[in-house]
Amino acid sequence: MFPKPIEKASPLAQILYKLALPLALVIWLLPLAGVALTSVRPASDLAQGNYFGLPSAFAWRNYVDIFTNTPLASYMRNSVIVTIPTVIGTVALSCMTGFALAVYRFKSNLLLFFMFVAGNFVPFQILMVPVRDLTVQTGLYNTYLGLILFHIAFQTGFCTLFMRNFIKGLPFELIESARVEGVSELRIFWFIVIPLMRPAIAALAVLVFTFIWNEYFWATVLTQGSAVQPVTAGLFSLNGQWIAQWHLVSAGSILAALPPVLMFFFMQKHFIAGLTLGATKG
Amino acid sequence: MSGMAAMSPQRKTSWWKRNQRSIAPWLFLAPGIAMFALYVIWPIFASIWLSFFDWDGLGKKAWVGVGNYVELIDDENFYTSLKNNVIWLLMFMLAVPAGLFMAIFLNQTVTGIRIYKSMFFFPFVISQVVVGLIFSWFYAPGFGLLYQLIEWATGTGIAFLAEPDYVTYALVVAGLWPQIAYCMILYLTGLNNVSPDQIEAARLDGAKGWRMLWHVILPQLRPATFIAVVVTIIGALRSFDIVSIMTDGGPFGSSRVLSYYMYEQALSEYGYRMGYGAAIAVVLFAIMMVFITGFIWKMVGDERGV
Amino acid sequence: MNVSIKSLLLGVSAASLIAFGASAQQRVVRYNADFDAAPLKAFEALIADFETANPDIDVQLTNFDHEGYKTAIRNFLTADSPDLANWYAGNRMAPFVKAGQFQDVTDVWEANGLNEQLASSVGSMTIDGKKWGVPYTYYQWGVYYNKDVYKKAGVTEPKNWAEFVANCEKFKAGGIDCLTTGTKALWPGAGIFDYINLRTNGYAFHMDLTAGKVAWTDAKVKATFAEWAKIQPYITANHAAIDWQDAAALLVQGKAANYVMGNFAVAVFKEGGMTNDTLGFIQFPEITAGVPRAEEAPTDTIHIPAGAKNVADAKKFLAYVASAEAQTKLNAALGQLPTNSKSTVGDDPFLKAGFETVSTAQGVAQFFDRDAPAEMAKAGMEGFQEFMVKPENLDAILERLEKVRAKAYN
Repeated sequence: MFPKPIEKASPLAQILYKLALPLALVIWLLPLAGVALTSVRPASDLAQGNYFGLPSAFAWRNYVDIFTNTPLASYMRNSVIVTIPTVIGTVALSCMTGFALAVYRFKSNLLLFFMFVAGNFVPFQILMVPVRDLTVQTGLYNTYLGLILFHIAFQTGFCTLFMRNFIKGLPFELIESARVEGVSELRIFWFIVIPLMRPAIAALAVLVFTFIWNEYFWATVLTQGSAVQPVTAGLFSLNGQWIAQWHLVSAGSILAALPPVLMFFFMQKHFIAGLTLGATKG
Repeated sequence: MSGMAAMSPQRKTSWWKRNQRSIAPWLFLAPGIAMFALYVIWPIFASIWLSFFDWDGLGKKAWVGVGNYVELIDDENFYTSLKNNVIWLLMFMLAVPAGLFMAIFLNQTVTGIRIYKSMFFFPFVISQVVVGLIFSWFYAPGFGLLYQLIEWATGTGIAFLAEPDYVTYALVVAGLWPQIAYCMILYLTGLNNVSPDQIEAARLDGAKGWRMLWHVILPQLRPATFIAVVVTIIGALRSFDIVSIMTDGGPFGSSRVLSYYMYEQALSEYGYRMGYGAAIAVVLFAIMMVFITGFIWKMVGDERGV
Repeated sequence: MNVSIKSLLLGVSAASLIAFGASAQQRVVRYNADFDAAPLKAFEALIADFETANPDIDVQLTNFDHEGYKTAIRNFLTADSPDLANWYAGNRMAPFVKAGQFQDVTDVWEANGLNEQLASSVGSMTIDGKKWGVPYTYYQWGVYYNKDVYKKAGVTEPKNWAEFVANCEKFKAGGIDCLTTGTKALWPGAGIFDYINLRTNGYAFHMDLTAGKVAWTDAKVKATFAEWAKIQPYITANHAAIDWQDAAALLVQGKAANYVMGNFAVAVFKEGGMTNDTLGFIQFPEITAGVPRAEEAPTDTIHIPAGAKNVADAKKFLAYVASAEAQTKLNAALGQLPTNSKSTVGDDPFLKAGFETVSTAQGVAQFFDRDAPAEMAKAGMEGFQEFMVKPENLDAILERLEKVRAKAYN
């Protein structure tokens, strides 16, 4: 354990530490707290210059307003429609690629693996114009499917890295003994490996959900308007209409942030396991 | 399993049975490779090819050879973007030590610490769009929290997003907020796995504080540091969302970065210079490839070592 | 999982269903537009009137978000062309005309006497001697001011530029921004430049400059900036970080005196609590005596894409939108000015002033970013913003703009 456990320190140090914790947290989350508070501030507070004091009343109305007066609900729905199939597609593809690259030895194995890894790091801008053209020409511009297909393809890079390393860590003897028994490769994949991959699948699903929900660049490049655009891009265009109405901007921001935040709190173990894979072993 | 073995026919094993070990990987890989090739690999080459053309996205593409690159060399906006990318890269690296110290600070077992860890990690879970909006509010001239704090302390507020000399730093700070949280969680996980024996041994040798950290802890945290450095470098060079949300590259282009300048030239209201945008993307790609090659080099080394 | 895939399919098929929703007898005209909420209502009313007059035609309006439309039009013109599409006059339509994406509608103009009725728009709708669309509205620009602030500072409406500058001195003494603007989106700064340039050098010079025929390092351009420099210290300090609506709030709150803006800002001023008694409008003051007065009046237009399927009915619609009665009703609802000179405007004092201002002007400019090609417009507006923050950079700015001019016009 590093640093030295605080319970072995002097009582004064312990008290100081326990005071420092909440203080540091308040400073760390100050911008967020400010926005959360603004989101329940009545518009009249802002007009009167009450930006930081307690709200004169809790205006939950702001949240109702953004749903009734703007297409925020539609943007949120679009995010769900784009995110969930992407999660399913990405996990499915990367289970297969990860399995292939982890279990079989063939000449181009490492080359393919590092192609996926490297592709995962390239700047989006080098893909932008061709991907957009491809999407326009196939009639998928401004459709859910156009966005989903791209996300699945791109996320497959990172997820392959993840799955392959995870499967490498599984006991290979299981596969060996199944082969000796004459079990076909497809069945080994489906009945032996997949059940063991559950934690990895859960971790990836949570991560990809968060990445895609929060994704902004491709949402603006491949979609437009409230019919299809996800909430990140929607917030950007609403921000253009809500100028000087920070109570609405804040409420919209909080709502857009809510699904990944809930996902994180309920699936914390998987989330962190996914994010920190490789942070412990060389 | 035994049922399956019983089912296998007595006749000569089928072609599939004999060859499945060499064919199966390609069956598993085919959809992934096809998608990846179509949406990631091919577009890279298509962009490089496009960077030799002049194209407004409507009419015919016109071959201009290296014309776009020649224009880039003489483009002040390009140098501003490049300079800002360097600022992003250097300042963003602060996320690594900051995340480390935050992790060390939180690596205790007092009551409620798990909640604290989650709350400190919070900014990373939020979309960069929301982070950008939060910080726009934080910096806003007149009523922004930071503006008011500075006004209260010094008498005059500073509108960071209107100041060409400060604006990029203000954006990087917004970007650092989630990035520090990310590095923190990497190090927290790493710290969990530091060998207690070695720490005890070092303590017996009289090591503590900085020396302990530097000589005993950090070497054990190397995998975490590697990942933290990789994601931070990539994150710095990919910075787009924050710039787009908070300033649109302004005031007068002083907060542009290459990724945003590319988008501006290719797709924004006053853009539609697809070839020129592609040339900017190629430059950014080349810069990132230097780092990517480095990462891959190390990872290949690790693979071989295993 | 089932649910999500189902709704995914539903989303796709719902979009295609809308396109086939019309009853079989009617001929469909598909119209893509980018209206905000209020103009959308006005246009829905206009379409209803048109359909009543032409019961055999069904106009199907697909409305886009205003910003997204600028990208969308490039896609749908090639991929899925409607029969009508909104756009803008001036150089803004040139890329589409040159790429053959808009149809020549000169015949609509000639058959309906539009050359006379829409005389003020002839210049901005003509490329290569042909008309490429029909204008349906424009709005004036000018100086909006806070009457209370004028009273408090003991200042009267300036008759000319010297008085305007002198007033600024007095506002400054009272701790008030003489001129406010919010240039985060760049274009509001171009309004200031255009007016100072129009008043210093005149309409022909504005058109030559935006057409790339004059060097940015020309003495006349420098003369414009010299006039601008006189008021630069009195402009709201943080304009580069705020939007135009934020600056409007400053005028409403009495923290600023004047605002060079388009007439659409009146709605924002009034929402903030200003009335016809506290909000004033004047034409931008004269700078060089004897320069004929020209105004900015950006024009919104409708076009027939090259890929339109129902051209005949689309042309009927254009003729209808151009007519005096339709424009009177439409613009009353829009709160803007009809482009048809036979139309009338309502009682609103700002509309009346605007109609008077624009119809008596010696020249009507579209606005810097519509008269100049995109690349020049962007660089120019960044230069204007930079000048307002750092006027000492002027020479470097002009050299940079001159460099852009060298490549933006071929």
